[in-house]
Amino acid sequence: MPLLTRYHIKMGLMYFILALFMGVVLVAQPLFNLSPYVSTLRPVFFHFLVVGWVTQIIIGVAHWMFPKRSKEKPRGNVVIGWTAFVCLNIGLLFRGFGEPLSVMYPQSVWAWILVLSAILQVTAGWLFVINIWGRVKER
Amino acid sequence: MPKLSVYMIRFSLIYLGLGMTIGGLILGNKGFPISVSLWQWLPIHIELLMFGWIMQLVMGVAFWIVPRFPTSPKYGRAGLAWTSFILFNIGLWLVIFGQNWLVLGGRIVMFSAVALFAIYLFPRIKPFAE
Repeated sequence: MPLLTRYHIKMGLMYFILALFMGVVLVAQPLFNLSPYVSTLRPVFFHFLVVGWVTQIIIGVAHWMFPKRSKEKPRGNVVIGWTAFVCLNIGLLFRGFGEPLSVMYPQSVWAWILVLSAILQVTAGWLFVINIWGRVKER
Repeated sequence: MPKLSVYMIRFSLIYLGLGMTIGGLILGNKGFPISVSLWQWLPIHIELLMFGWIMQLVMGVAFWIVPRFPTSPKYGRAGLAWTSFILFNIGLWLVIFGQNWLVLGGRIVMFSAVALFAIYLFPRIKPFAE
């Protein structure tokens, strides 16, 4: 299994755990009268699951299992692959902090963090698409 | 990778890019509100990523890696799967771009597509040797 795939899958597992922990906190919030700001984690919960876990696992496994592009570059441009990995995960982490903190402190630096998170995640998505495109082919 | 998987996976990749771009705009709009109307794109963002990206990718990969038949046609009644692919995407576009009855129509078309795909794939869910 390539190194990039291992990083994707291990990070994916981290997001899976984090998301389920958030799921616990979200359900506990009304029961234990926790801060109402806890509910700002709901979109983070969904995105950690769908992007951090499911999409990241798909990206990692596709990098590993999809048909080789060529003998010289079997897995496409690995630098683009790593850049996508870094952008996706920093972008998601920024969202994890930025989403609740931008509600608690509006018009602060956290609003910029959300914008940066958006740019990083969109960049990661398109970099993955560009890099894997040539490997989606008939043998 | 068979041709149908190439089509399904490439379509799903385009939906991933589009879905994430719309999601990025919505997220950025949370930080610095540009337009309230961006929130109207939320259902399209969800539709593109849940159905266009994840579901279609799974269908494309399933068509590729699930055991084939030992004799021709190795992929079985592939016409069913092709029809499913076409219907699935027409249904998705109807749901995304339509309103009211068109959305209902889109959901029915997508339901038909998935039912066809299940009918197609069932015989291929078997041990590799058979």
